[in-house]
Amino acid sequence: MADDTKLRRYHAAVWDEPIIMTMGHPGRRGLVFAEAEPEIKRTLGTDAQSLIPAAMRRKTPPALPEMSEHEVLRHYLHLSQETLGMLGINLFGTCTMKYNPRVNEAVTMRPEVAELHPHQDEDTLQGVLEIIHRFDLILRELSGMDQFVFQAAGGADAAYTHACLTRAYHAAKGELAQRNEIITTIQTHPCNPATAATAGFNVVTLMLEENGYPSLDALKAAVSTRTAALMINNPDDMGIYNPEIKEWVRIVHEAGGLCFYDHANFNGVMGKLRARELGFDACMFMLHKTFGAPKGGGGPAVGAYGCSAALAKFLPSPVVTFDGSLYHLDDDRPQSLGKVREFWGNVPQVIKAYAWARAMGADGINEASDISVLANNYMEKKLLAIRGVSKSNPQVKKWRMEMTRYSLGTMKEETGIGVLDVQNRMVDFGVDAFWLSHEPWIVPEPFTPEAGELWSKEDIDYWIAVLERISQEAYANPEIVRTAPHNQAIHKLKTDALEDPRRWAMTWRAFKKKTAKARR
Amino acid sequence: MQSRTSKRANAVTGTIPSAHPYMANSVPGIKEQMLKAIGARSIEDLFEQIPRDHRLRRPLDLPEAIRSESALRRHLLDTIRKNGSCEENLSFLGGGCWQHYVPAICDEIAQRSEFLTPVWGTPSSDHGRNQAWFEFSSQIGELVGMDFVGLPVYSWGCAAGHAIRMASRITGRREVLIPRSIDPERLAVIRNYCEPSEMASHIVIALVDFDPRTGRIDLADLKSKISLRTAAVSIDSPNYLGIIESEAADVAAIARKNGAETIIGVDPISLGVLAAPADYGADIVVGTTQPLGIHMNCGGGAGGFIATRDDEKYAREYPTLLISITDTVKSGEYGFGLSLAHQTSYGLREKGKDWTGNSVYLWAIANAVYMALMGPEGFREIGEAIIQRSHYAAALLARIPGMRVLFPSGFFKEFVVNFDGTGKPVSAINAALRAQKIFGGGTLSKHFPALGESALYCVTEIHTKDDVERLADALRRAVR
Repeated sequence: MADDTKLRRYHAAVWDEPIIMTMGHPGRRGLVFAEAEPEIKRTLGTDAQSLIPAAMRRKTPPALPEMSEHEVLRHYLHLSQETLGMLGINLFGTCTMKYNPRVNEAVTMRPEVAELHPHQDEDTLQGVLEIIHRFDLILRELSGMDQFVFQAAGGADAAYTHACLTRAYHAAKGELAQRNEIITTIQTHPCNPATAATAGFNVVTLMLEENGYPSLDALKAAVSTRTAALMINNPDDMGIYNPEIKEWVRIVHEAGGLCFYDHANFNGVMGKLRARELGFDACMFMLHKTFGAPKGGGGPAVGAYGCSAALAKFLPSPVVTFDGSLYHLDDDRPQSLGKVREFWGNVPQVIKAYAWARAMGADGINEASDISVLANNYMEKKLLAIRGVSKSNPQVKKWRMEMTRYSLGTMKEETGIGVLDVQNRMVDFGVDAFWLSHEPWIVPEPFTPEAGELWSKEDIDYWIAVLERISQEAYANPEIVRTAPHNQAIHKLKTDALEDPRRWAMTWRAFKKKTAKARR
Repeated sequence: MQSRTSKRANAVTGTIPSAHPYMANSVPGIKEQMLKAIGARSIEDLFEQIPRDHRLRRPLDLPEAIRSESALRRHLLDTIRKNGSCEENLSFLGGGCWQHYVPAICDEIAQRSEFLTPVWGTPSSDHGRNQAWFEFSSQIGELVGMDFVGLPVYSWGCAAGHAIRMASRITGRREVLIPRSIDPERLAVIRNYCEPSEMASHIVIALVDFDPRTGRIDLADLKSKISLRTAAVSIDSPNYLGIIESEAADVAAIARKNGAETIIGVDPISLGVLAAPADYGADIVVGTTQPLGIHMNCGGGAGGFIATRDDEKYAREYPTLLISITDTVKSGEYGFGLSLAHQTSYGLREKGKDWTGNSVYLWAIANAVYMALMGPEGFREIGEAIIQRSHYAAALLARIPGMRVLFPSGFFKEFVVNFDGTGKPVSAINAALRAQKIFGGGTLSKHFPALGESALYCVTEIHTKDDVERLADALRRAVR
């Protein structure tokens, strides 16, 4: 199969870079500021310290490093080089690794975006408001919803927005005290049950059955007059689409609950279906995943939250509106759930997502989902030929969507090598480690690659060849996998201190204290 | 192979004539190869799991694609040029989002592909980024005087919301006391975190008065409202009105006496000159990260942090990701790993501590760069520059007929200017300033009607004497 793929001789940069708290020299400076002009000092007639209430003056300077500008730059450049960071091949499932067009970075770094204050007058914000509104229209077309907002700073925050909107909706009907349950499934991202619980709801989790999704009977047994909402993704991370989802929505609606579509796995269905037409009241898109905005190693992100016209009055404020000639920030919305985060969103990320959608167009977006699903099934065929690899729910015979969940359970049983070992070995070949699975693991030793539309067939073949090599190693020479990585910035981590209160250290000052104590 | 190429797209593969720059496999021929490899007839067949009646039956109706990068850039520039920025204008807006100088190196590092594009790897392949995160937490720890710092959350308000919930879980109580001087946006966020009264786990928010002469929390009112039901007293210093809460130590003592936690919110850019909150009794410190090397980004620069003592009582209530230094199998080599991850929502779903997810981790790196560039002297220098420049501005503005500075001392970078004596509303004043390319301070009348026609002015290290004098001149004309 991938025998003709030659694996690279790769080694990560090793800088052995010191912790910055140990670097520098007393008195060295990285940044200086202009002193107040003499006129200012004359007018004040006193020094800066005496303008501070005595009790609140800082007595001991913070023990920060003292470094020249170049030393700081070089240190963080070294750290960037000690980060593999998608410079190889990254098929990180559920996160939809995409190209992040640099033109969008260049544009959003300009002062016309970066140096905007959210409380400026509307007429000085027409450019960003126009883009937000136009992008709102694009998401409406992709989902069938009637209004989007961008305040949520990530997918989880959008799930939280839904939980808060659910409260506002039922409170308006006087039913909130009674409707205290949110239903989800075990394969729905953990942020859904977690945000529902943080918002004060009890969570009902439905387990998977034979077809790879929970049964209608289980749902019917779960709904009641306590049901506030359903929060669900579809397809799930195993690449299985619940074909009964319309019936699910009908049942939850009949019970009086709202239905929220977590579109974490939108990449496989873009242009193929629309949340509103399936009956959902609200949905969420992650702009840092599906829409080409960068992930930044975990944000700044945007969970674009959209809902039906009937629910729009409950959305967080402000909402961007257009009167035909000017754009506005509508903050006068008495039934709004309020705010989930200050201001109105990670605006540069919204601009990047808008730019991505414009660069793709309808045909491009449709083609991207085609390629994603095709590439996943291509990968599946090849991966299942590798010794020790099986897939979840093998009884589901249909083509999977844009992701498939695999298991190395067999490999683990036969060789002792599991997914954590394989992750550590993958990075020796210059490819990023695969994603495993959200908790709880419902197959042993799970992993979940997602090919998406970015990576070439050659990249996918290379990635598969790496996994094939590691499988061979696991069966022939497991020690090399168990002791991996060998070609990385650092060696395998010892993890016992991470859970030990006497040894964990989230800051340098804690580390210094604990190591001094251990030495005594 | 594309024997059935239609005008728009190939019927089997959907390929349109030219390959898309973002999609390597959109090139003709590749899709056919992959289809052949798996034995499928067409891409459409691969969507067999989705029932027919779930499918969208028409092409998407989206604006025309702009595939040319040059044309796309032109379109974006044409649109964003309709904005008027705080660089092109002279801005005195603050209130939760502040214009500070962003060193070029912060942008340089935040734009590095290795940091910008990825998500997660392994402790070894993410080593550099993990170290940068640890250096973020370590430097925040030095500024606030705390040993235990989480990776950032979305904003100051979100940090405060989580901190209040932590305090509620720690004390088993369901009430938080917050001064009325709090940022209204931040309070709106906190309200959601405290849940409405219908919810079984609702946390009551009781507002404490502030002293109308000083802008500081009214200790008598605090004493009258605190009780054994109080989980936490949460104050910000400087507060929304710019005022340094100089009796914060008394607040902490009152809280402690009642078995409540003290949550102190800070703007870390002040901490080269203002006392570390740990030194005056904070149990949980929260705050913003935006001033530390992040552009305002129209409010999208927001970020928050949570810090405490390194005590299990707090550690085991953190909802955030936590990154700890540890050893590797090679003697003398250190690395970093996630600590206490099992207690997050990733580990425990609805039984986790609140929730976590993507946050503003890229900015944590820019924050680390900023703090390292600054060092102790940089923080002292910027703190002094801000306090001198803002007090100078307040002094100049207070001299203008009809204008008053309501709390003329004990503030940091923001202060309240009252226009009642001019007979003009803030909106009219700001409109006049706009004509001079000046963004005046934000109006306070909506949320603080008792302050009359007042505006919150923000002056930072970027404002020169000339800038302040230009503002004063423009205001002198505006109030006439």
